[in-house]
Amino acid sequence: MTLTVADHRASAARTVSVARAYRFELVKLFSSWRVRLLVLACWIVPALFVAAVSQQSSLPVDTLFGRWMHATGWAGPLVTLGFSGAWALPLLTSVVAGDVFASEDRLGTWRHLLVAVRSPRRIFTAKALASLTAILLLVVGLVASSTVGGIVAVGNQPLVGLDGHTLAPSDAAGKVLLAWVCVLAPTLALAAIGLLGSVALGRSPMGLLLPVLVALAMQLAQMLPLPVAVRLALPGYAFLAWNGLFTDPTQLGPLLIGIAVALVWAVTATALAYLLFLRRDFTNLNDDGSGCRAVTAGVLPLAGLLAVTVAVVATATPATGSGIEQAKVQRSLATAFAHLYRLQAEELHRPAVTEAQLRATAACTKGSVAVGAHGPGNDWRCVVSWHLPDVQATGTAVYQLDVAADGRFVADGDGPKEVNGYFLLRAPTGDAPNPLWQFDGNVELLAATPKG
Amino acid sequence: MDTPLAIRARGITKCFGDVVALDGVDLDVARGQIHGLVGPNGAGKTTLLGLLLGLAVADSGRLDILGTPVGRALSAPDGVAGFVDGPGLYPSLSARRNLAALAALHGRDVRAAGIDDVLDQVGLTDVADDRTRGFSLGMRQRLGLAAALLTEPRLLVLDEPANGLDPAGKRHVHGVLSRLAAGGTSIVLSSHRMDDLEALCSEVTILSTGRVVFSGPLGKLAAENRELDYRLRTSDPRAALRLAADTDGIRTGDTADAAHGVEAGQDGAVLVVRARVPAVDELVRRLVLAGIAVRELAPVVSPLEAAFLALTEVREDGR
Repeated sequence: MTLTVADHRASAARTVSVARAYRFELVKLFSSWRVRLLVLACWIVPALFVAAVSQQSSLPVDTLFGRWMHATGWAGPLVTLGFSGAWALPLLTSVVAGDVFASEDRLGTWRHLLVAVRSPRRIFTAKALASLTAILLLVVGLVASSTVGGIVAVGNQPLVGLDGHTLAPSDAAGKVLLAWVCVLAPTLALAAIGLLGSVALGRSPMGLLLPVLVALAMQLAQMLPLPVAVRLALPGYAFLAWNGLFTDPTQLGPLLIGIAVALVWAVTATALAYLLFLRRDFTNLNDDGSGCRAVTAGVLPLAGLLAVTVAVVATATPATGSGIEQAKVQRSLATAFAHLYRLQAEELHRPAVTEAQLRATAACTKGSVAVGAHGPGNDWRCVVSWHLPDVQATGTAVYQLDVAADGRFVADGDGPKEVNGYFLLRAPTGDAPNPLWQFDGNVELLAATPKG
Repeated sequence: MDTPLAIRARGITKCFGDVVALDGVDLDVARGQIHGLVGPNGAGKTTLLGLLLGLAVADSGRLDILGTPVGRALSAPDGVAGFVDGPGLYPSLSARRNLAALAALHGRDVRAAGIDDVLDQVGLTDVADDRTRGFSLGMRQRLGLAAALLTEPRLLVLDEPANGLDPAGKRHVHGVLSRLAAGGTSIVLSSHRMDDLEALCSEVTILSTGRVVFSGPLGKLAAENRELDYRLRTSDPRAALRLAADTDGIRTGDTADAAHGVEAGQDGAVLVVRARVPAVDELVRRLVLAGIAVRELAPVVSPLEAAFLALTEVREDGR
């Protein structure tokens, strides 16, 4: 008869703690030249880019706040944020989160890791936390580097908001930081999609590319004339909605919805990745976890989540259609004009005037539609009217508006020349940029149409 | 009282869909024993090693490792180390950093973890600070063994540890495994290299199509299995051939295939006979009584290899 004797040292399986597994993952992650290169790039390139662009005569006016890069250092991190939301953050999440599981498949190290850690749950947690740490380090690098570059190259001047109001440097600093914090939510959603792709697609390059493809698809969707409920239900909407922080009052509704949707996506995609990972068979060397079932188990729940979020947003919010309506366009344009008029008056050393005194209004048409115009397009034409104290006549200026589907618009002055027809002002101190010539604005998609 | 067991498996069955990888496998491995696991490709060796390492759980049966019953969760009891299908190494880290990261993972002080010692044991001291990206297969195998040693295992599970090893590397690995076994560590060794298994293992288990077809000491293989070819060099080959032909249970060239009979060896004629062990013993006794000196007597093919081929071929032919 054989006897199984319990060794006093082998009473139970001693699993590795999450903290130690997390450190192990960090060591591996940061030993990769790709990640090291990304860290260096994120901490150096934005500063160089912002400093270089700020010194050029031609500014990136297509990017939000790009036209203010000569005026304040705080425009630099916002330009970087706009670019990052479109390209940098999806790429960073791809390289880090999209590869964190697939790299073990590539190296054939899963079994080694499982034998060492003894808990797939802890492995998953450690990998997810390590990816999160690396992504945060990269994002902090982007913020710090672009801010330092802007402040050093241009200076700590006030920032002109998206509705033309001026933010003091301390307010600008707070809002810039807040804007970057807000985009962490969609970044987390992309990172979670990256984890899911990495688990579900294994060695396939599609796993690595998934966050980029999803981000690209979301960008394309944002360019289409989709109903506002669908737009807000996309996990990447907060990459655009941070714009609302730079208006007065802040457009918090879309931003909060965007953040909430992104966080729900982050949690759901991470949970799906976790479940798929736990179901994986690690004894079969040829099984890298990919397969129709794994892909289906990842894609179908996310498609369902999109449908649910669209339904919830459509039910819970007042906006319908594109969210771009004539009255809202007129209100946004008049508000921005009034704020910027004050700025122009200050540059020209004219008597100070308040927005209330100006009583600026706008009358817009879209193409041939004079009443009830709505929707995005570059055929908006508006006439802005304003009053000056002790002046009987009403001032008017014409703008051509290019309103994008996401609510952002560019107002292009069309005369008179003295007000908005030329890009320079003849100020007492010399030529200065004309703030009323061309400016960016934002139509809040969710805001209810004002009556009257 | 029997020797305490490091592994006790009873009726282990594991299926992958319709494929039965392991079918009622029993396995006993004593403490301090080097146990060989042999079988053709697809026999279920990797699956069995995976169960021992906690990479999978059996569908049915009972598995005790180091005295601890293995549950349904994916994890092996503490004290088990090893690798399947090659060691897992991170190419962007040096050999030393691979081991240091592993030591830190197990909560050990990296400076006191004995990294230099295990590197020395496997003969990798000279390349300790080189990234493993450029390591040959043999070096990777040795570093994988070093990684396993670092955890001071009481059960070491190794899959083809001699793959890619040069003679010096093989000597290092054999030395390490022998010392570990002498120190009480049980080792389960899967290999297709019969010479390695015969040199190291005291017992072997032969798997075929998911079932155990033999398990026990190496010596028992020769005793309980079929005839083997033996090379016999004597002082008088012709007289030895006559004696062999007259001995029951011995077949020589005229009764077996053309290869049997008297051959010209390097320093004289060599007789090749086919027989079971008792018949060979009887032949030796007769040779000695006849005053013929026996200068060499060895199986042409090792008992393990012969048994492996015979047992697995029979089983596969009979499927």
